[in-house]
Amino acid sequence: MLTSMVQALLVLALSPLFTGLIRRSKAYFQGRQGASVLQPYRDLAKLFRKDSVLSHDASWIMTITPYVCMTAVIAAALMVPFITDSSLGFVGDLIVVVYLFGTMRFFMALAGLDAGSSFGGMGSSREMTVSAIVEPTILLSIFTMALISGTTDLSGISRNLATSGLDLVRPALFLALAAFFISTLAENARVPVDNPSTHLELTMIHEAMVLEHSGKHLALMEWSSMTKLLLYAVIMANVFLPWGIATDLTAIGLATGIVAMSLKLLLFGLAIALVESSMAKLRLFRLPNLLTVSFSLSLLAVISYYIL
Amino acid sequence: MFVDQLFLALIVLPFAGAILAATLNGHAKTSVRIAFTVSSLSSLLGLAVAFLIFLDGEMRWELPFSSPFGPLSFYLDTLAAFFLGTISVVTFAVSVYSFGYANHYEGKYPVGLLGAMFNIFFSSMVMVVSSSNAILFLIMWETMSLSSFFLVIFEHRQEGTVGSGLFYLIMTHIGTAAIGMGLLLMYVNSGSFDLSSFPGAAQGMSDVLRSAVFLLWLVGFGAKAGIVPLHVWLPMAHPAAPSNVSALMSAVMVKTAIYMLIRCCFGLLGVQDTWWGITVLAIGCVSALLGVMYALIESDIKRMLAFSTVENVGIMLIALGVAMVFGSYGLKELAGLALIACLMHVLSHALFKSLLFMGAGSVLLATHTKDMERLGGLAKRMPYTGAMFLIGALSASAIPPLSGFISEWLIFQAMLQSFSIPDAMVKILITVALGTLAITGALAAAAFLKVFGITFLARPRSRDADEAREVPKSMLLGMGLMAALCVLAGALSFAILPGLDQVSAPLAGASIADSLVNGIEIVPTVGEFSQASPPLIAVIILAVMGLVLTLSQAYGGRRKVVRADTWDCGTPLTARTEYSGRGFSNPINRMFSWVYRPIRTFRATRSPSPYIRTEMRYTSTTQPVFEKYLYGPTEAGVRWAAKKISVIQTGSIQTYLGYIFVVLVLLLVALRL
Repeated sequence: MLTSMVQALLVLALSPLFTGLIRRSKAYFQGRQGASVLQPYRDLAKLFRKDSVLSHDASWIMTITPYVCMTAVIAAALMVPFITDSSLGFVGDLIVVVYLFGTMRFFMALAGLDAGSSFGGMGSSREMTVSAIVEPTILLSIFTMALISGTTDLSGISRNLATSGLDLVRPALFLALAAFFISTLAENARVPVDNPSTHLELTMIHEAMVLEHSGKHLALMEWSSMTKLLLYAVIMANVFLPWGIATDLTAIGLATGIVAMSLKLLLFGLAIALVESSMAKLRLFRLPNLLTVSFSLSLLAVISYYIL
Repeated sequence: MFVDQLFLALIVLPFAGAILAATLNGHAKTSVRIAFTVSSLSSLLGLAVAFLIFLDGEMRWELPFSSPFGPLSFYLDTLAAFFLGTISVVTFAVSVYSFGYANHYEGKYPVGLLGAMFNIFFSSMVMVVSSSNAILFLIMWETMSLSSFFLVIFEHRQEGTVGSGLFYLIMTHIGTAAIGMGLLLMYVNSGSFDLSSFPGAAQGMSDVLRSAVFLLWLVGFGAKAGIVPLHVWLPMAHPAAPSNVSALMSAVMVKTAIYMLIRCCFGLLGVQDTWWGITVLAIGCVSALLGVMYALIESDIKRMLAFSTVENVGIMLIALGVAMVFGSYGLKELAGLALIACLMHVLSHALFKSLLFMGAGSVLLATHTKDMERLGGLAKRMPYTGAMFLIGALSASAIPPLSGFISEWLIFQAMLQSFSIPDAMVKILITVALGTLAITGALAAAAFLKVFGITFLARPRSRDADEAREVPKSMLLGMGLMAALCVLAGALSFAILPGLDQVSAPLAGASIADSLVNGIEIVPTVGEFSQASPPLIAVIILAVMGLVLTLSQAYGGRRKVVRADTWDCGTPLTARTEYSGRGFSNPINRMFSWVYRPIRTFRATRSPSPYIRTEMRYTSTTQPVFEKYLYGPTEAGVRWAAKKISVIQTGSIQTYLGYIFVVLVLLLVALRL
């Protein structure tokens, strides 16, 4: 209980650093100097001290959305294993986590519509289109891992996989991993699905939805999105490649866990930066192809688990 | 017995109320009050009966006179009591809602008759789930169909209403014909019309015959439940009815068909082949996916909700199919789990769909339109209706820890357990169904986001929407009751599930309550596969929400919230610059254009320059695939056959007398032999 609270706080605290890291490495790959990895913290601190502007047209949905989003993400963080394999997995398993992210998306998209600007509507509409394929993909790919390790509790998956050496490794794992990676990019508004660093209406999905938020509200929206990105990275690390995770609370175990997690996150951040620097954003109506591929991969993952 | 008397009162009261309301039709206000007081009282009676059955076990009761079809008996076990309870809860809330809603028909339509039919409709549903004699059942089924038909055509001066009603009447009778044939086949084998004699008779029937009965019932009850491709009537009839009736039809009437399917497959027919389950599963998948896809592109709120009913019936059938597959392999615990998931979805769908239809009715009452392209901005003008509609939409989108989430979660868990099945092919089929269910869930969220976002958020798109006012208190009360139940049935589902296990245990052959509910945790599995605790999820969400609120206010100090215009790029924003519902669903429409087969036309007036167009017209419609490729040819075939047969209809009375004579002679000869 306490461990999972500490871990959730840690995820929350480290998420701007992770985003800063990706931005910095992106700058490096693109030959720019880039801002400090701590820049996201400064941005958030600044936004928290600013007044919010709300549209005349907006209803109470717009006001509650930042808080709902943050709540959903923190609740999800409580149920995901981070450094150690203990979490509140007995309260909510992987389906609950995925649907908590769904809650966040639902409210974010509602707020996108609420101000009555075409940008927001466009963002919401595209977000829901993308999620129509991405959410099932994520479910199926984690289901594969649930079947392999014999539990739907995310920490249980990590524990069973990490403690059994390489016995449980199957081809299905890699298919699911590939599907999950593509979905992570799509869910977190990264290239090639969305571009996180632009406000151009032709390309934006996520940015369009949060366009009308400002001040404290924007800070909460941005922070919850950063936390969501880190959570996806953590799920990927701990569910698909959990080796190294601390299975007990000894000093050695924790140290190994911290080192292993840092390495995995660093690697993952670099991978995202590399993808973002080497690929162009796909046209919106080319996206279904990519997303359907990832969905098929995840379906194949489950089927191959049964056949092979 | 006390239950017997309550049940007798439950039968008598609505009929008395109906007669009274119909006679007082002239005094609109009085008749409305009487009719809905009676229906709310009798639904409370129904609830009491259901509770007593859960406490004491089954009840059997006969009408005190005999009939040529054996004793007209009623039989209530926990399965029937569960559906009786669901019907009663929904009817109670809808009755409360109707006090306010029915008033607006005053002076336009005969409200007394509405109240009378409403009572008869309720009563017939009660007797459908409780009758134990095949003929009595058919009569009640027919009463249910006819009373709902009259309710559908209540607003008969509205364009298209009578047509929708007639289509509904035809479809439901095709279903009744199939059901009747199935029942007669069973009668031939059992020699009695009593349903309790059917399981014994099914044992002695050949496989072919038993499968034939199964298919007949699947078609018959499927037509009522709205399975694809027999769903076409549902999005026509449900929206045409007055909104309180739509709520009853969508939330509970389709459930009577689900009830009979469960009863038939698990109770009456007994032995199951695996392919039965697979068939139900496949039909469920197709219905769920197509239902939600059509719901997504619909811009009429009530039609959208009706399509969503098709989707949810599909989800129930998926769970039922999985239960049947497990049952066919002798995996009793898992069959029980899947059946509980199915029942939980029956309950949660009844709750949120009645809430949403009542919400749609409130919108209709306040703005006189159910076209979302003419609405918008209602969350500010009707805050309570908006908040409750949101709760319904969240439950329908399976947001934790609402009731819709719990049922979907249970269905996922049941399907994940398919690794216990020995046959790899069946496992793969269930996996595909799992993927379909996941897509359905995501699309449902998009669909409900659209219906809430376009209807209640941003700027009003018409004057009617701009001038909307909050609806009367009784309507809010009815909706509030359902909204509260949506939350409670989810967060406190650990208290409901043992009751559902009481329902499923005799059917599946194994009780899993002991392992399923552990304190406030739900452990839906054999072994340690997974668990969740809905009340703790609710507590966590509330606690974290409180923390986020206080901490974010504390850090950086309390900051002002300034009101200003939406960023408009320099051009003042109007209702026409908002995102429209059609625009919202257009990307999905394009992505799945092989399903929707949209027809788009674009016309622009010619002008000297190709870059300057003075007038542009764009239309986009979706092809009604089933109407065009299935119903069209069928109708043409029927017409053709009718024309051919009309040759013998000469119109002269002598010829007809001749026919009668010939038939009589033939019959006499045949019977003599």
